[in-house]
Parts: sequence; structure tokens; C-alpha cells
Amino acid sequence: MKTKLNPTWRELELGCTVVEAGTSAEYKTGDWRSFYPKTDEDKCIACGVCYLFCPDHSRHIAPRKKKVEGAMYTHYFDFNFQFCKGCGICAAECPTGAIVMIEEGKK
Amino acid sequence: MLEIRFHGRGGQGAVTSAELLAQAAIAEGRYAQAFPSFGPERRGAPVLAFARIDDHPIRLRQQIYEPDVAMVLEEALMKIVDVEAGMDERGLIIVNTMHTAAELRERYHLKPARRIWTVDASRIALEGLGRPITNTTMLGALINATQCVRLDSMKAPLDARFGKIAEKNFNVLKRAHDECCAGEAR
Amino acid sequence: MKNRIEVGKPVGIEVSIAQSEVVAQCDVDVIAAYPITPQTHIVEHLAEIVADGDLDAAFIPVESEHSAMSACVGSSAVGARTFTATCSQGLALMHEILYIASGLRLPIVMSCVNRALSAPINIWGDQSDIMAERDTGWVQIFTENGQEVVDQTICAFRIAEDRRVMLPVIVNLDGFSMSHVIEPIRFYDTKQVRGFVGVYQPPLRLDPAQPMMFGPVGIPEIYTEAKKANDVALIESRQVIEEVWAAFAREFGNAYRALETYRTDDAEYLLLTVGGMSETASVAIDALREQGVKVGQVKLRLWRPFPHDDLAALLGKARGVFVFDRCLSTAGPGGPVASEVKTSLYNLRERPLVVGFIGGLGGRDVTVQQFADMVHKGIGYVAAGAAPVYEMVGVRE
Repeated sequence: MKTKLNPTWRELELGCTVVEAGTSAEYKTGDWRSFYPKTDEDKCIACGVCYLFCPDHSRHIAPRKKKVEGAMYTHYFDFNFQFCKGCGICAAECPTGAIVMIEEGKK
Repeated sequence: MLEIRFHGRGGQGAVTSAELLAQAAIAEGRYAQAFPSFGPERRGAPVLAFARIDDHPIRLRQQIYEPDVAMVLEEALMKIVDVEAGMDERGLIIVNTMHTAAELRERYHLKPARRIWTVDASRIALEGLGRPITNTTMLGALINATQCVRLDSMKAPLDARFGKIAEKNFNVLKRAHDECCAGEAR
Repeated sequence: MKNRIEVGKPVGIEVSIAQSEVVAQCDVDVIAAYPITPQTHIVEHLAEIVADGDLDAAFIPVESEHSAMSACVGSSAVGARTFTATCSQGLALMHEILYIASGLRLPIVMSCVNRALSAPINIWGDQSDIMAERDTGWVQIFTENGQEVVDQTICAFRIAEDRRVMLPVIVNLDGFSMSHVIEPIRFYDTKQVRGFVGVYQPPLRLDPAQPMMFGPVGIPEIYTEAKKANDVALIESRQVIEEVWAAFAREFGNAYRALETYRTDDAEYLLLTVGGMSETASVAIDALREQGVKVGQVKLRLWRPFPHDDLAALLGKARGVFVFDRCLSTAGPGGPVASEVKTSLYNLRERPLVVGFIGGLGGRDVTVQQFADMVHKGIGYVAAGAAPVYEMVGVRE
């Protein structure tokens, strides 16, 4: 990140504007997590609801092969644990119950 | 400085009269102000408008309390409004009326020394404009009585304001200038 | 843009109309406004100029002043030269957005046609509206006649958009007693005005091609620094304001200062006024001088940034300073202007007695005679060595 953490008043951008786009990518929220989501690949139908509901875009689309009801996907949803805060929204919204939240340190 | 108060009714164009007069004076290279009695506009209600003309820059922004001239756009207003208010002995009243100055003096108990000019502006306007709107017409009488601006100086402001009907307005103004009567003070 | 109004010689024009014509000359891109008496003629006429095709701008009619200022914030943030006008309840409704405009450093120019605040409902002139917005972080300039309105509106855009300033500017004019008066005003060539104002080149702007974030949260670790930066920007805008006024005088002839003085040489007493009643007060000064009263006049043009040091230097040596406020700070330490003037003088070793008069509220006229009476009364207080905290003039007892 280019922006200084505790700038003096002279160092602030005009009007406190954040002049770089997408700086939230620099802010790793993954270490807030006490529960992590785990997907049961047999139940997952690749509908993408978890991707749409994730508040931190930690559910992302990765190149990964998966066959669902005869169709072959070349890209597929995956978790980015650098950002996943473990909020559990994906698990709550998953229509097939494929995602479960597991306490950190357990499998 | 010449201070003029216009008495009219909302919608009769008293404010326009004051505005046109000020514009004519300013175009002559002199100084002038025109302003309405500040507030909401109400059609038909008695309204006031004001003008100041001077050879020097005008700094006064207070209202006009002691006008030199009162312009009365409609005689009936004199029944409900004291058009002499604040005027000293030299003050001049110019009335749109078909009566004489002597008749007005008697009817409205005007001061014996009051100078009163009269003009039948409603008739002139009706004949010249097709409507009894007397605001431009009355300026002719004012110019004759006070010489506050040159008659020709009214042409440009009338053009800017009225476009195609500017000439008709100038004609009625000119007619009022020529036909108005100076009433004798008693 | 062609010259819509004759250039170079005074024309008789309503001050409101004159201001909208000069805003058009300044080549604004966006006007977002909601009509309110006595500001109405300004925005009505601007809407006409845009509709006539004489100004290539977006006129955004909105449903409230809150929305008007919000639209201005948006348009200014994308880099559009932005103008609005309001007064009274409208300005009060804008209140929270005024802080956002200055906090985001958006060079919006606004005309405030000073009017009283309700209740009771009153559409006439005083300065209660703008005084309630003292602390919003805007540059605030007062005018006393139509020519000054035209000149300061031109200056406002150049001041606001200067990269060293980047702050919104309010140009104040008195409701009705200035806004609705037809008077002689000299216009300048549109090309020359546009050259003087320049092309607005925002240092930062909202642009999808180069995304950035305006208005992020200012956490406790940032907020104090943000406020300090705004404070310094507004204080330091003074330098640019002086530069712009000097440039204006060179280009167009009329010279302006943060404090204007009238017959202050050898004056023992000073009458301090703000806005459109200053001219009437000057007539009173002339009359008093003829009577041998050693009184002069100081007219406060620049309200923010407040010309603290200049006031101390100018007023400090007088025996008495009589401040006329068109705003009541209810049960406060005096009218807003008087209490700030007192603050400027307090730390001086020797200082004049400051007497605060409050009048001209809600369109109440103040006459030459009343200004002269205030001076005589003030001199009496100086002789007695004490004065009330403030007093209202022209009130029926």
C-alpha cells in the first residue's frame, strides 16, 4: 500500500480522497476468522450463490475443473482465505447445504 | 436626486414603469435605481414601485419615504391609498384620470398647494394598444412634467422589453407626453 | 458564447439577472438549484439562458435544496464547474451538505441572497441565514451593490478553482434591497471573462477510467488531521483571494479588499457594516462628517477566512467601534459580526469600546438617520465607558 498508515495533515490527499482503486485488496481480513467454510463437493451444484452473497469477495472464480450433472466446468468457485472472515453467510445461503462452517484448527 | 413613487395594482406593470425609466436614465450615462415594494406579488392589490434618478452614483438603499413625484396609474387607487404620503409642498402627483386637477383636488382633499398633472392614459392606451394598460403611457406625462429623461431615451428600453409592440408603446407614451395637463396649484 | 449584454458601459439591469448573466459568462457546466424567494430570478434566468442555447450547461431542477447541494457535490466531483443559488430555509436545508462540499474540497460557487429565517415566516432580507453557516468551511464574501455582485462572482470561480484553494465559495447579496433592484452595472467581454476565470482542471476527479474514492470514512486517527488540513486551506486561501482581486483590478479596473474603508483617516470612531446596507451607512458618515463628528466606516467584505489581523490593525486605535449586525444571535454574546470583531480586539493591550447594534431584521429598513443615531449613541457609550452587550435598533417598545 502506498498510503501511509497515520499521515500528518500535510500528507493527506485533497479531501481525504483515496486515489488508488481497489485498495481493499491490500487489507487482509482473513486473520479475523474463527470459523472457516468447507464445501462438500458432492452436494455443490456450482450455482454461484455463495459467490454472490460473499460480502468480502473472498469467494472467487478459479480455474478448476468440475463435472456437475454431466457438464464440465473449467472455472469454478473457490475460497480465498486471505480475505474470508468466516462470517458464514455462504453457508447460510447455500441452497444444497454444501457449505459447513468448521472451527479453525479442526478438520 | 429625483425620487419617484409609482402607485398601481399588482399586474398593471408599475414595476415595469420604474424599471424602464431607470434603464433610460442609465443609458443616458446618468445614475438610477428602480425597485418594487419588496414582497409577494398579488394581482389586483395596490402595489408600489420606486425609482431614483441622479447625476451622481446613488448609494442610498433605504426605501423612498419622501418622494418628489407620485405616479398614480389608476385614479380609483386614490380612494384607498394616500398618494401624497411623505410628500412635501413641492411634491408632484401625476394621475391617470379623465377628470381635471381641480376636480381631483376637491374629490380627494389634496393639499391646496399640491401640483397635480393629469392625463387620460386609459383612453390613450386603449386606442393605441387595444388594452387599458397604462404603465408605459404614463411615463410620457412624467417625462413632460419633470424632464427626468429625454423622450427618445425611452425607445431602447421599450425595444428590449416589448420587441414587436415597442413602437406602439412608444407612441402612446409620446401621446401622453403631448396631451397631459399641468394642473394649477391653488 | 456571444455577449448577451452590452459591454463596457453601464446598463440598467436587475442585480439577480446580472448575476445569472455573469455566471453564464463564466462558462459553468452544471447548475443545480431549487427556487426560493428572493433567489428565484437568478435560477429562473439561468434556466432561460441554458434553454435558449446560449450556455452549454446542464440545468438540474431538483426537489429540494438538500438535493441541489448534493447534485452540486456530485457534479463538482466529476470535474464540472458548478453553480447554485439559495437563501434562508433553503440554505438551512443544505446545511449538512455544505460541510461535505468543503470537506471534499469541491470548488462549487454559490450565490446566497441573504434572507431571514422562520418563524415567523419572513421572505425579506437579513443575514441570519449565512451567519448560521459561518463554520461550514466555505470562503464567504459579501457585496454591497450590483457591480460588486458581478465582479465577485467572476472572482469566486477563480478563487475556488485555484489549486492552492480548492474550496467552495459563497457570494452574499442582500435579499430584495440588492437582488431586486435595477441599477447601473458594467459588463465585461465574455471572452475576457472566460480568459480570466480559466479552464477548470481538477487535480482529482471521479472518473471511471481512473477510479478513486471520494468521501471515505475518516476514523478518529484521520479526522483531526482532515479538519486541520481544511482549516489551513481556508486560512491560506486569503493569499489567493488577494491575488485574484489584484488580478481582477488589473484586468477589469475595480479593486477589492477584505476590509473596505470609508473616511477613516483621523477617525476616532468607526462604524462597521456588512453587505448592502453599507452604502446607506456611508451616506450617514458623510452627514456626520459635515457635523464635525470624527467617524469613519469599515465595511467587512471577507467573512471567511476572517481577516482577524487586519481588523485588529484597523480598529485597534479607534476610541469606539460600532458594529451593525443584521442577525440576532439569540441570547448570545452579541451579533455574529460584533462578537467576532470583539474577539479580534480582545488580546490587544489597548482596545476600543465595541458597541453592537442589531437591526434590519426580516426586511426592516434602516435609514441614514438611524445609522447616524447609532453613531451618536455609540459615542455616548464611549464617553460613559460602558455599553450593553448588544442592543436592537428600530424595535417598537
